[in-house]
Amino acid sequence: MVKGIEIRTSPHLKRALNVQQIMRSVVYAMLPICAFAIWQFGLSAALLLATTTGAAVATEAWFSRLRGAGNTVADWSAVITGILLGLTLPPGFPLWMAAVAAFVGIGLGKALFGGLGYNVMNPALIGRAFVQAAFPVAITTWTPAFAPSRFVELIPTTLTAPFMRPESVTDWIAGLGVDSWTGATPLAMQKFQHVETPAWDTFAGLVSGSAGETSALLILVCGLWLAWRGCLDWRIPASVLAGAALTALPFWLVDPGLYPSPWFVLSSGGLMLAAWFMASDMVASPVTPWGAIIYGVFIGALTVIIRLFGGLVEGVMYAILLGNAAGPLISAWTQPRVYGAVKKARAKS
Amino acid sequence: MAELPKHQEDLSLDTFVRGLWKENPVFVMLLGMCPTLAVSNSAINAISMGLATTFVLAGSGALISWLRNWIPKQVRIASYIVIIATFVTIVDYAIQAISLDLYAALGAFIQLIVVNCIILGRAEAYASQQRLVPTLVNSLGIGAGFTIALFALGSVREILGSGTLFGLHLFGAGFQPWVVMVLPPGGFFVLGAWLLLFNWIKQRGERRADAPTGVPANAR
Repeated sequence: MVKGIEIRTSPHLKRALNVQQIMRSVVYAMLPICAFAIWQFGLSAALLLATTTGAAVATEAWFSRLRGAGNTVADWSAVITGILLGLTLPPGFPLWMAAVAAFVGIGLGKALFGGLGYNVMNPALIGRAFVQAAFPVAITTWTPAFAPSRFVELIPTTLTAPFMRPESVTDWIAGLGVDSWTGATPLAMQKFQHVETPAWDTFAGLVSGSAGETSALLILVCGLWLAWRGCLDWRIPASVLAGAALTALPFWLVDPGLYPSPWFVLSSGGLMLAAWFMASDMVASPVTPWGAIIYGVFIGALTVIIRLFGGLVEGVMYAILLGNAAGPLISAWTQPRVYGAVKKARAKS
Repeated sequence: MAELPKHQEDLSLDTFVRGLWKENPVFVMLLGMCPTLAVSNSAINAISMGLATTFVLAGSGALISWLRNWIPKQVRIASYIVIIATFVTIVDYAIQAISLDLYAALGAFIQLIVVNCIILGRAEAYASQQRLVPTLVNSLGIGAGFTIALFALGSVREILGSGTLFGLHLFGAGFQPWVVMVLPPGGFFVLGAWLLLFNWIKQRGERRADAPTGVPANAR
């Protein structure tokens, strides 16, 4: 990690980033993505993000009070979980379900394991996986992006009363006057009708999908800024994306009409957001350099396999949760050899 | 077999009551998890399963206790299993005769009562050493504790998972069911939540007992 020779006079000690600073940087990096989500989906996306963040922070505060070990809200990690969770949900997701997801994510995914630093899996994805299993219809109800009335009215499902079933949005969408709305995200269109959305649309984010996953370009820029700041291990997103592209490549070469191109795989769905902001979760990913690469390739390959051959349209959530579960094992396998240590001694330990 | 103290228990209220709470087979001893998680997806299934298990528990416990001095030590497990299997067969046919729907809903788990470790555990640890009447009372207590635990799981899972209790709609047609709750993961979630609650109550009680002088319980 030597970055050149320091020629100034002493002291040469530099302050390491602390948890709070890293977490704040991640929040800053997510703000443009949130802004794009709100611009794209309007008031509903804003309310959704506010709800998940608020519920995540409230849950964190409640659990840290129960533990009696000081307030852990100040480390900003709950804010990140809340924002990330909001970004992965459909923009018209009922707010009460979003609050349930945030509560389960922080409570079951983090607090019960002992709080930040002890969670085995990414809390935001735990929350999302729970609502995916609990409310399978609501979480696959998509609404068009850039609806003309998005800043003056809410998507009707947003304000569903707690414990009530959200109403159908079909009539509401028909009344919007949006052309060529098929009710499907680019991923679903590719999977079921084998129609690939033009690459620029999915890359720039001119399509429908979860609130914050649409613009691969914006996520890429924000992620690169974080990597440059040293707040995430660049190996993880790089190997997730490489793993996904390389797994998709042979299928596409065999039958381009049936299978998506690697380019489409990278730019569509939640892969970009997940690769930069979720797989790279510092707590739940392996710490060794080779471990990070194995972990990333595993997630990328598994995502594509679920997308192509599984029943689900998007597989990155389960891929990351499985990767998280395998993380400690990968770390243990890839321990670097200490310089000068004898191989035999290592084998013994 | 390591010789357990052959203390003959006298019949008391505790013989029955401790099965409900202090020795609750599900929430304290964590036994019989397989039927607990599998058939507690509705209140009626949970209660039927609990009652069926209670019957087998009481019947086999009484018979084993009665025959305890004639069963040779070397073949006791096989003998217990034969006795338990007899009662399971009775329950199996009885449920078929009473309600075929219920029989279909409970599926293989009725036959599987025979391998439920609560029953063999009680046979080995209690019925094989105690007199007939205390065994019967204790088995009924353990069975009641099991039924209560299953009902606790089943009612929560049914209310959240389908908005009903014993098939009656509680919230009207607009209720959003939490599909995950009637699926297998829901069993683990609800069991975990109940265990959390009971352990919290238990620990709070212990802390209060330790600190009677008004020291705050969380001053650790």
